[in-house]
Amino acid sequence: MKISLGPISYCWSKSDVETFYQAVATSNIDTVYLGETVCSRRRELKFSDYLALANMLKSHGKQVILSTMALVEAQSELHELTRAINNGDFCIEANDMAGVYYAHQAKVPFVCGPTINNYNRASLDLLHQKGMFRFVMPCELSKDWLQAVINTDTKPSFEIEVLGHGYMPLAHSARCFTAKHYQLPKDSCQTICQRHSKGLLAQTQESQPLLRLNGIQTQSAAQVNLINQIPTMINMGVDYWRISPNKLADIALADTLTNLLNKAQFNDLAQVAITNTQSKDCNGYWLGLPGMDYNPQANNASF
Amino acid sequence: MELLCPAGNLASLKAALNAGADAVYLGLKDDTNARSFAGLNFSAEQLAQATTLAHSQGRKVFLTINTFPKPGHEQRWYQAVDLAAKLNMDALIVADLSLLNYAHQHHPHLPLHLSVQASATNLGALSFYKEAFNIERAVLPRVLSIKQVRDLAKVSPVDLEVFAFGSLCIMAEGRCHLSSYVTGQSPNTGGSCSPANHVRWQDSGTDKLTRLNNVLIDKAQAHQQLGYPVVCKGRYVAQYDQDAKYLLESPTSLNTLSLIPQLAQAGIASLKIEGRQRSPAYVSQVTQVWRSAIDTYLAAPNEFAEQAQWSQALAKVSEGQITTLGAYERQWQ
Repeated sequence: MKISLGPISYCWSKSDVETFYQAVATSNIDTVYLGETVCSRRRELKFSDYLALANMLKSHGKQVILSTMALVEAQSELHELTRAINNGDFCIEANDMAGVYYAHQAKVPFVCGPTINNYNRASLDLLHQKGMFRFVMPCELSKDWLQAVINTDTKPSFEIEVLGHGYMPLAHSARCFTAKHYQLPKDSCQTICQRHSKGLLAQTQESQPLLRLNGIQTQSAAQVNLINQIPTMINMGVDYWRISPNKLADIALADTLTNLLNKAQFNDLAQVAITNTQSKDCNGYWLGLPGMDYNPQANNASF
Repeated sequence: MELLCPAGNLASLKAALNAGADAVYLGLKDDTNARSFAGLNFSAEQLAQATTLAHSQGRKVFLTINTFPKPGHEQRWYQAVDLAAKLNMDALIVADLSLLNYAHQHHPHLPLHLSVQASATNLGALSFYKEAFNIERAVLPRVLSIKQVRDLAKVSPVDLEVFAFGSLCIMAEGRCHLSSYVTGQSPNTGGSCSPANHVRWQDSGTDKLTRLNNVLIDKAQAHQQLGYPVVCKGRYVAQYDQDAKYLLESPTSLNTLSLIPQLAQAGIASLKIEGRQRSPAYVSQVTQVWRSAIDTYLAAPNEFAEQAQWSQALAKVSEGQITTLGAYERQWQ
């Protein structure tokens, strides 16, 4: 199993993004996804900027995949999508069926991201025929669900990736919730979402953290944390364990995990898990529970 | 322009037909559809009755199979497809790739409508489903503005159906995990959003509260109305803020009566009324109004104006009594 770094879901300044990927370049992380996946109004980085970063990371030996938008509505967004697909070098992560369609047409191998509805083996096999070489499990699915997808007569001919750490993408809307919060019309939003480098936290009236507003995307308030499940996932045949980054320090976590996996030092994982677990984390989906739930016992049981 | 109405049971089906629905959509009594509520939906026998009844009146009936087959249990979904074919139903409303493939391979003459749960919002996605499974129609998610609907209709390789009235999903349907994040059950997997067995209405004397799996969704004073607790329509407190607000959406419902001319001119094939979980009285009331509105438009397209009595009749059955154009109106976004 390898550690992968998912795309940055937030609107960061160009210099912050560049600083982030410079640090990634010097890490031991194997696989890096990058690109804007949430909102086409975010133009801090142009496609050419992402392509330059992709080439820089490639020159440092990284496997680079260009991530594309989850919600594609306007013709201009389709144009951007096909531009990413026809980059001439890198594979793409399709996060909408339009990505699947155009990648298949262009014969560009693709990863199906977590917002493509892949709930069973027959659907995955069908997408594999269209050029999908890896899929990221939709975040609401569980270990048992994934096991049932894997447990058929034939071994999957595609790779499996699971979101192991980070805030989960729960929903996408036409409405920009960040702009709405600041009483700005979406069409003149000033990319106000840039104010919140890990989304805007929303709590219930009983101060329970619930959601994270990230433009048109709604994320979980809690970070999914499946560090302790890594040995289980290796046994199941999961190929990639994704970190969805929200801060520079996530690179260090990805790096640490990469080094442990490279040296097969699974016993050290327990300590990394303890160091990197907060009381506000969650692991419910993986355990077949409400996604927001956190069951520390289940974590311990996997060692 | 077809008027497509919901039916959660035979009484609702009859109500829809009597009130002038051109077509009715319904689901089986299991987790093959995303309105899997206790006491709702059709057994195989009832489905046969419903189909016979609709066909005897020259109307159409569609079977909704819009959840995603669970690994190891796929047979249940395949059997639902076979049943619809056997009964000569007029179309299947399907979201899952493997199920579209199964239906296309085994019953090529049974028309396929792409469910809103497949979340196809653009030409690329529609082309994919058309070319792979020869879908005849797609139901558009409630995320497009009226201009985007119009633009898409111009180039779409398939007929388009849009939501005209009912509860308002504000997320791209089929890709929303808010319900499962809080309750463990989602429309995609378990068959419902915010399942009733997780809902609690509380009265603290001064306040009324609604909870979903114990999470406080909304709180109001005793005399105020509270909507059914869904995560996207709760009142929450944003970081750096003091007051609780409807950060995503307030309890409103969709009403597009005023858009009838624009939808018709765009060439939209079908107007869908939401609400398989609602009562026969709701179905009857809403179908009557929409029948009247569509007929009024068709009789004199250039003179169409929304009539006050329609809106009044619809307001009575609308959630929270407030209606919106939702994403059709760019300003809402």
